[in-house]
Amino acid sequence: MFGYPGGAALHIYDAIFNQDHVEHILVRHEQGAVHAADGYARATGKPGVALVTSGPGATNAITGLATAYMDSTPIVVISGQVKSMLIGTDSFQETDMIGVSRPIVKHSFLVQKAEDIPEIVKKAFHIATTGRPGPVVIDVPKDFTDPEFKFEFNYPSEINMRSYKPAQAGDSSRIKEAVDLIEHSKRPVIYSGGGVIQDDASDELIELAKLLDFPITNTLMGLGAFPGSDPQFMGMLGMHGTYQANMAMHNADLIIAVGARFDDRITNDPKKFSLQAKKIHIDVDPASVSKIIHADVPIVGSAKECLSMLIQEIKGRDLKINHEEISAWNKQVSDWRDAHGLNHSLLELGPQNGKILPQQVVQSLYKETEGEAFITSDVGQHQMFAAQYYHFDKPRQWINSGGLGTMGFGLPSAMGVQLAYPDATVACVTGEGSIQMCIQELSTCLQYGLPIKIINLNNAALGMVRQWQDMQYGGRYSSSTYENSLPDFKALAESYGHIGIKVAKFEDLESAMKECISLKDRLVFLDVDVDPNEHVYPMLEAGNSMDYMWLGKDKKTW
Amino acid sequence: MKRVIALLMENQPGALSRVVGLFSQRGYNIETLVVAPTSDPTLSRLTMSTEGDEQVVEQITKQLDKLIDVVMVSDLGSSDFVERELMLIKFKKDSFPEDSFDETNIVSNNEEIVNVQIIGTSSELDQLILDTAYSNPIEIVRSGPLGISSDKNTLSIDN
Repeated sequence: MFGYPGGAALHIYDAIFNQDHVEHILVRHEQGAVHAADGYARATGKPGVALVTSGPGATNAITGLATAYMDSTPIVVISGQVKSMLIGTDSFQETDMIGVSRPIVKHSFLVQKAEDIPEIVKKAFHIATTGRPGPVVIDVPKDFTDPEFKFEFNYPSEINMRSYKPAQAGDSSRIKEAVDLIEHSKRPVIYSGGGVIQDDASDELIELAKLLDFPITNTLMGLGAFPGSDPQFMGMLGMHGTYQANMAMHNADLIIAVGARFDDRITNDPKKFSLQAKKIHIDVDPASVSKIIHADVPIVGSAKECLSMLIQEIKGRDLKINHEEISAWNKQVSDWRDAHGLNHSLLELGPQNGKILPQQVVQSLYKETEGEAFITSDVGQHQMFAAQYYHFDKPRQWINSGGLGTMGFGLPSAMGVQLAYPDATVACVTGEGSIQMCIQELSTCLQYGLPIKIINLNNAALGMVRQWQDMQYGGRYSSSTYENSLPDFKALAESYGHIGIKVAKFEDLESAMKECISLKDRLVFLDVDVDPNEHVYPMLEAGNSMDYMWLGKDKKTW
Repeated sequence: MKRVIALLMENQPGALSRVVGLFSQRGYNIETLVVAPTSDPTLSRLTMSTEGDEQVVEQITKQLDKLIDVVMVSDLGSSDFVERELMLIKFKKDSFPEDSFDETNIVSNNEEIVNVQIIGTSSELDQLILDTAYSNPIEIVRSGPLGISSDKNTLSIDN
């Protein structure tokens, strides 16, 4: 449990003091508490918990809640509330937390009676972790946690809610229809998202992909569900997806979508999206199916269950796949990769115009951690470089704010991961913009001895903003640079009691990375000066189909 | 196209605000909204009308169904249904259009003011407003339509 005390939560804090079951981690800002709980949930699959006080404590938790909501992660946020008789009177530190958080939670509870608390807690965890997971808020007025009043403790052993019964198995006739489409496809693509990771369905996804030998791509949220270093993997798709993944999606005749929601970073213009393809859409949330792209075969159910059903149906049939067509299609994908795929050997090129490329830093991190670290990230160019260049071979290894795009997520979420896996290497790939949004958590890391590796791709500018200003605003850098006001991050890290390393020359990069990763017991802030003019490519051309991509500053596909 | 959606939800504080909030959050439009507890006091029944094509209404019903407090949702327009709305109109006595109403419509009557009530489909009420406009009604209040399906299907948790 991550949290920050305050008036309305003090009875709860006193109860925490008097027990040993729940470990409480004191953060430095409530946003950090919620992101840390979120990071813990994403890395483990278990629900994360944050505890905050009323008023500003509650509103500071909002960004964290919205982040978890957009990425469907199971967290429970308990917020203190003013005494029930004061609600509605604009009393000190009062905020209508239920109202403020309503559009960004899966559900919320305002406690009305102390006796209801056990059942509400049980329901909250049930709702947060089942179906399409999501954040749940429990708002607790202070008088209902007052230890002066005693009640019998009745924790229900199970919960039955008439209004909440998430789907499990898919419709078997739909599964048959899906396999019929699979048999007739010539240019199929498997497109999987965060739902596969949330549902621990990675093994099933790999089995299906291997069984069919179809090319596969993952969304930003789905990276790691299929091994990133496997040649069958096309890389990420979408806005900054690989050339081959986007071309394959555009030219496909069948898309098998699993736990992905066809959002705007994937489809580009939905009216021009993959017009020749039939779509099979597996999702646990019925509202995600046919929301943006019509599903020819909608399958509502858990990814794990539905993938198992598909595999069973395929194995039970004498599957008539046109192997010749499929291998020609795989050849096409491989030709696309050869033509414009990402260069994963940039380190060998040495410095470029005397500068370090941000991609080289990610490749160096990949090399030094042997691809086995948990990587969290913030939001911007560094996030895309990490997604593109670190091959995630396992689910839950890549932790980022995909839906909301929350700068400041990286460091606190890494705390949650590191606490869950104290012996693992946890690296936060960030930028000098994002890291400053939750940098206060460096203090939390010292208090609890969290040896996170912060890899700061420092281009002295808000890189993604600058890239858009380069591409769409005639290079007018409106409020995207700091005019020499950046802190000395090495000294900053040291002042927080950690180790800081500054890298300005390419020649020092790999040795500094080695030193950074080898310091197992200490938090290391590796501040690397990277080329400020580097852009993230490929990049989809807005308002068009997925085959309209910028491949470089002067290079495009149309 | 106007669509009427009916739903049952838990009769709990905050449940209605989740339903209403969903509409603004997702950019849907609520034309009318009627809500009252049912004979089962733990449940409220809500009837709303909205504008939208097939795809929009499908999304609305799915998103409503996803709300934890919502027990059942039905797009009444997906089969035959009956729709009725109540309207109250206030006229000045000296301009009251007697020919348009009979005694049973009159709910209050004094020296200055006559109030009438009318029940009908929303389009019948629209028409009546047009037909009596010449007599300058001074206040019109409408309930928004209620709906019930014409077949044996019911919106209840018992079946």
